[in-house]
This record gives sequence, structure tokens and C-alpha cells, in this order.
Amino acid sequence: MAERILMDEAAIARMLTRLSHELVEHNKGTENVCVLGIRRRGEYVARRIVALVKQFYGVDLPCAGIDIGMYRDDLVSSFFVPEATVNRLGFPVDGKRVVLCDDVLHTGRSVRAAIEAIFDLGRPACIELLVLCDRGGREIPISPDLVGKNIPTARREWLDLRLREIEGEDMLGIRSER
Amino acid sequence: MSKLLIKGGKLVFADGVREGDILADGGKIIKIGQGLEDAGAEVVDARGLHVFPGLIDMHVHLREPGFEYKEDIASGSAAAVHGGFTQVCCMPNTQPVCDNAAVVGYIVARSKEVGLCKVRPIGAITKGEAGESLAEMGKMKDAGAVAVSDDGRPVSDARMMRLAIEYASDFGLLCLSHCEDKSLVDGGVVNEGYNSTLAGLKGIPRAAEEIMLAREIILAETLGKRVHICHVSTKGGVQLLREAKARGVRVTAETCPHYFMLTDDVIVTYDANTKVNPPIREAEDVAAIREGLRDGTLDCIVTDHAPHHRDEKSGEYNLAAFGISGIETSFSLSYTALVKSGVLTLEQLADRMSAAPARILGLEGGSLKEGGVADIMLADLDEKYMIDPKDFLSKGKNTPFAGREAYGRVKCTIVDGNIKYRA
Amino acid sequence: MLGKDLLGLYDTSAEDIVAILDTAVGMKKLLTQNLKKLPHLQGRTVTTLFYENSTRTRCSFELAAKYLGAGTVNISASSSSVQKGETLIDTGYTLDAMKNDVIVMRHPMGGAPHILAKHVRASVVNGGDGMNEHPTQALLDFYTMREKFGSFKGLKVAILGDIKHSRVAKSNLFGLTKLGAEVVMYAPATLMPQGIDRMGAKIASSREEALAGANVVMGLRIQLERMHGGLFPSLSEYNRYYGVSEEHLRFADPGCIVMHPGPVNRGVEFTSDVIDAPNSKITEQVLNGVAVRMALLFLLVKNRQEGEKHE
Repeated sequence: MAERILMDEAAIARMLTRLSHELVEHNKGTENVCVLGIRRRGEYVARRIVALVKQFYGVDLPCAGIDIGMYRDDLVSSFFVPEATVNRLGFPVDGKRVVLCDDVLHTGRSVRAAIEAIFDLGRPACIELLVLCDRGGREIPISPDLVGKNIPTARREWLDLRLREIEGEDMLGIRSER
Repeated sequence: MSKLLIKGGKLVFADGVREGDILADGGKIIKIGQGLEDAGAEVVDARGLHVFPGLIDMHVHLREPGFEYKEDIASGSAAAVHGGFTQVCCMPNTQPVCDNAAVVGYIVARSKEVGLCKVRPIGAITKGEAGESLAEMGKMKDAGAVAVSDDGRPVSDARMMRLAIEYASDFGLLCLSHCEDKSLVDGGVVNEGYNSTLAGLKGIPRAAEEIMLAREIILAETLGKRVHICHVSTKGGVQLLREAKARGVRVTAETCPHYFMLTDDVIVTYDANTKVNPPIREAEDVAAIREGLRDGTLDCIVTDHAPHHRDEKSGEYNLAAFGISGIETSFSLSYTALVKSGVLTLEQLADRMSAAPARILGLEGGSLKEGGVADIMLADLDEKYMIDPKDFLSKGKNTPFAGREAYGRVKCTIVDGNIKYRA
Repeated sequence: MLGKDLLGLYDTSAEDIVAILDTAVGMKKLLTQNLKKLPHLQGRTVTTLFYENSTRTRCSFELAAKYLGAGTVNISASSSSVQKGETLIDTGYTLDAMKNDVIVMRHPMGGAPHILAKHVRASVVNGGDGMNEHPTQALLDFYTMREKFGSFKGLKVAILGDIKHSRVAKSNLFGLTKLGAEVVMYAPATLMPQGIDRMGAKIASSREEALAGANVVMGLRIQLERMHGGLFPSLSEYNRYYGVSEEHLRFADPGCIVMHPGPVNRGVEFTSDVIDAPNSKITEQVLNGVAVRMALLFLLVKNRQEGEKHE
């Protein structure tokens, strides 16, 4: 396995900053916006974005992680019991503009599960999708609204996105089998 | 009646096995010797076979009248001759109960009509086997009853049993006692012990059998009368009998193949074909039963042939009927378990399965002798086969021995000089 | 691995028992969080076929099935219909024709589930058969013990009460001995079955000996009909010589827990101070029962699904 670095810490910081501005632009402000991150990595993305919005716009957006364990589409086909926790956001999603965040968008299945989870909590005005990287390879018709970086990958390539909160550093690399 | 010449067999006498021929005529054995010839006789080639006196089973259930869906006199008789039996004594727990001369007469007449083996009815001790008042033993004796018994519904009242033993003796009738103290049985279905606990089935303690057995011994002893104990299944029972016989009590006893062949390990699969009364016991009982047969404490082997319908043996163990269809497997199983393993000699086996029951009940047959009745059984002792209830002629296919291999196959059964079964 | 049915713990390996308990951990987590149903038994039918009255076991199975998305059907047949009504095997054929996936059966006679299992394609779960076994009750007991003590090795489990008629005692004994625990039993001689010592149980000669150093004190329900049958003279005499009060618990390990399959006769098997003490797990057992039964249904249907794939 060989790894090539695509983005370093500074590049990722610039990307997050850009995404936070785009979020506000896209929603024509911050009114009625809440941010949800797909647990576990997407939640950290969401919290970073919310912190940046606060920094630039002085607005505290409601933010929470959302657990999709119970909504996975392979529970029955692979027959396993998910590690899941109940979703208690601390704020309602009814009528909200929900910005759903994740780190890497691939098949789209997690996003589909997250959408189902959100609808179990209420009826939002709309759901937008924000991802740090889109590596392509969609298996269901899901398309992101806000993308940090498009990185089309081959089947034998993997994105290695590290986050400070989990791996202790911010870095994006690509690995491939040789 | 045509003549029959059995040639070249190994004849099983009480005092040894010798090669020879048997000539029968008019239902009797008229000559036994070497190199017999008779131009007018039908010849049975017995080379390689053993020739036994016709087997006698003094404890069977033929179910007719009343329970013909389980068995009837025709199917039971066919099964009997298939198993090598020339004479069987059928228990009175029919519907109506065989507690009067009319039912005895019916069984005798019907069995003659069927014309296979000889069927000797056993009358009930008490009316309706209810244990309350004596049945008409004298009239039943005149109609053909050979003994009396309340088999399956033992006489619980000791006074009634005492009266029965005394009264029956006036007519030369022997009381056959199925020993079971119902208060100790208390709804049990298997032997009480490790396996009953393991299977969670209610147990029947050995004491239920032994307490009544002891009672019968004491009654026989104090009255100076004979009594016969049915299907002994426990070590303690054998001991009681051995001690009683040693001090001269006029008691005889029987057991069945399942009591000297099986341990109650077989119940844990809940196969209702293992459900029988008394229940299949444990290894030490099996050993004691074998020893009892060897030393003569147990006089004879019976089958307690108890055919049941498939539906009575297929559901919950508790609900299944008690009993084993055994008359077609008895000889092979007894030969395999007792003679091949050295417990009994061949002569002793013939005694336990033919001479002894004849002696106990005063029946004809039981030995090969000139002038005796020509009730004869031929068997191939070397033939090994697998027991398959589908081969049974009995309507009752309920056997715990299915799939078991046994030696000693009945090849021909001759009753009153006529061939009634031939393989 | 676990086969088509769960008929008893006598025939279940320690590995299978542990697999069920492990799966139940996840189930309990889901249950306590009040999460939505799992989808694993969607489109499947679980039938409870009870020939004996039972509220808790039946409810527990029904809830477990529902939490996994199964459809449930409850059939109550009186004990008398066992003898008069349709035969067990015919009932089995009927349920099979209706495409049941799992039949949970309680029956007053030992071995009845074994007979049913031989005649149906559905998985059969023994919900208690006569004096034979009650495997899911024992599994929930094991779950409760493991949750408290972490392991079974060296655990001393004292079981007091009507051992003779108790399917719970036997299933516990079969499982616990496989898992490495020590089982000590104490009962009036009239309520102690033959041969149980040869199955791995230690028979105590006194209540104090049974309780000495016990980590788990399990009481079994005394049924009034046993008194009427002459097996013991009265409930108060039973309590005095065979019951457990707080005072007796002092013989047990200080960290012991108190268990009972329920329903409890207060003041008979245990005094109320024992039942209501902080170390009493009697209510917790009920919750664990749902989790364990979910795990069992889950694993049995998982097996079925794998079988169906190969068909």
C-alpha cells in the first residue's frame, strides 16, 4: 500500500472555512439552519463547521450528531445487531433547514440511512448534504450540495481522511493497492 | 390330518441338543429318531436348523373383543406363529372384560376359527377388573380359561387378593399378579431415577412393584397356595422371589425381553415405544433379571405383547399408552441376549420359553417327546437380521427394538402337526 | 452452532449459551435506550403455543418478537385440551401450514417440545415443558449473573425450593455446570428429585450449608398444589425451615444477589425484606428475559435465513 498526501492541515482548514461560508451563502443566512453530523466522523465535521460559522458570523447554530445504526440497510442481509444509540438532538428538526454533514461521500447508503433517521425525528423544511470529500461510486441517487473536494477514486483506492479529534491530526491522503 | 416329517434338525431337548428327525401324525409326535423315513409324510428339511418345542407365551394381549384397532385374534395369532409361538395366553383386559364364561368362550371359538396358534384365555380375577367382587372363575375355567389375572388393574385390596387366591385354587386356577401399588405409581410413566429426572418425566419407584410382590409372596406363604408374579422388572423383586423360593413358597414368576435387554437410558428421546408398565429399569436391574433367569428364580420369559395403534404412541410421552408389541421379537432377542452371551444354555432357553410356562399353567406341549403334542418351532440360530416393525404381522408396530440386530430367526412354526408359519 | 430449535440446555453447548448471552448484551442496550424495533424478523411469524397459564414468559416472548419486527400469534390451549383436543402433532402440522417461523411452546408434559420439533419445519423454542426444562428462564438467569459477576468460573449458585418439579432448577443446573459454576441445592426430601447429584448438583444438608458463601441465592416457586398433594405440611412450616430471610442471607457471600423466576410467594420462599433488598435482581431478571429471548429469536432466525439461502 502506498499513500499519497492530498491535503495537509492547512489545506483542510481552508477547505472547512470555505465550506462554512458556502453553508451560509447556500442558505441565504443562518436563519432556521441546524447542522447534523453522521456519527461518528461526520459529527466532528459538523462541529467544526458550526464553530467556524460562529467565528465568522457570530451565530450559534444548533448542532448534533445523528446515529444511523438502526437505519442501516444491511441489518437483515448481513444479520447483525447494530451498535446504536438513541437520537436525542436537544432541538427539534421540524421546519428546520437541516445541513447533514459527513466526512467522505461514497455509496450514499449512510446518507440515505441518515435521512430516514432525521424523518423519524420530525419533518424538516429541507435537508442539504455537506461532505468534505466526494470520492464517487454512488449506489443510490444521492448528490451533495456542498463539497470540500471531489476526488474520483478507483475501486482499489481508499481515501484516508484523518481528523484531529480522532486520529490527532488533520490530513487527507489516498492509498492504493499496488 | 397329514403326516409331517422333520428331517435333519438339531433337536433341543431338556437334557441336550441332538440331531434327529421327528415324525408327527394326528397332531402328535409319533416318533423321534435318526434317519426316519415315511413315504406318506410331508417332509420339512431342517438341516442347519434347531428344532424347539413350540414356544408358549403365557402373557399376551390380543385386544379382541373391543380393541380390534390395536390387534385382533387373527392378527395376534399370525404374529404369534411368526414369532415361533404355538400357544399363547391372553389377558382379560378387553372390552368387555373377559370376566365371564361368554367372553372366554368367544375367544376360544374365535381362535379356533382363525386356526393358527392355540389361544388360552386368562379370566379376570374380579368382575370388570374392578377389584371389588370375584369373577365367576369356575364357569370361566369350564369355558376354557387357564388362569386368572387382573393384569393392568391389579387387585389393590389385600383381602380381595387373599380370597381370589383361595377361591381360584379350588378350580386349579393360578392367580397371575401384575404387581403395582397404584398409590406409589401416582401418575408416573418411567422408572424413577436418574433418567426420569433427566427427562423430566414422572417416575415410578421400584417399591411400587416390590411392595405388592412382597404381599403376594406373603399371601401365598400364609395360605399355602400358589401364586404367579407377572413381568418382574426389578432387582429387589428378584431378591424377594429368590428368598421366597428358598423357603419353599409356592411362587413362580416371569419376565420379558425388554427387562433383560434395555435400560431406561432409552427414554430420554421421549420415544413412546419405550413406555411400558412396569417401566424399563436400570443396569443393575437388567443384571439381576438375567441372573434370576439363569438360576431359575424367574421361571419363564413372556412377552407381555401389548400392541397399540400408532396414534397411541406418537404424541406426548405422558399421554402414550403403556406397552410393547413383542411377540415377534421375543425369541431372537432372548436367544441373542441370553444364549449368545452365555447367560443361558439353549436347553434353558427352551425351558424358559416353552416348558416352564407349560408346567406353571398345566398346558400341553413344552417338550419334544414321543406321544406329545406336535407343537414345534424351527429356527436358524446363525441368521442375523435387523428388526423392522414393518415386518410384523401384529397390528402393533410399537417396539423399542426397531433397527436392532438380532440372531436366531424363526423359520417354521408347527401347531398340532400342521405348518402354520414358514419363512 | 445453535440448531433449528432450542429444546433444553442439556443439549446446548457452553459456546452456544455464551453466544446467546453475548447477543443479548446488544439487545439489552437497544431495549434500555428505547430504540425503535429491529427489522430482523420482519415478515416472520412467531407463535406462542401455551398449554399452561403463563403471563410473564408469554409476554416476554411476545415483546421480544415484536421488538424484532415479527408478527405474533398467541394460542392458549387449556391443559385439558392436551388430552381431549387436537393432537400435538396435528397442531404442529397446522401451524407449519400457516408458515410459522418460530413456535414457542409451553406444555405440562416433559418432552412435548421435542416431539413437536420432530414434526414441524418451524423452529421450536421450549417455553417450559413439565418437569423437564425451561431453557430461556435459565438463560436470563445466566445473563443476570454474568452482568453482575462478569464470569461463571467459581461462582456458587444456591438453588432452594421445589427442585423436584422445577424445570428452572434443571435448566440452570445443566447450563451452569457447563459454564463452570458450582450449583448447590436444598429442598425438603419430598421435593428433591432422584439422581440430581449425579447431574452435577451438590445437595446441601442444611439451609445454612446451601447458603454458605453463595454468590447467587435463587428461590423457586412453591406451588400450593404440592402442599395439597402431601409433599409438605404448610406454607408457614415451609418458610420456617426452608425459606430464606435476611437473617439467613448473612451466611451467603456479602456481595451476593437474590434471584427468583417468579411469581414470588412473599413470605414463603423469601421474606419480603429479601425480595425488596437492593441486591435482589428479581425485577431486573424480567428485563433481561426480554433481551435474552430477543437474542435467541434473532439467532434462530439467523440460522433459518442461512438455511433458506441454501435452498
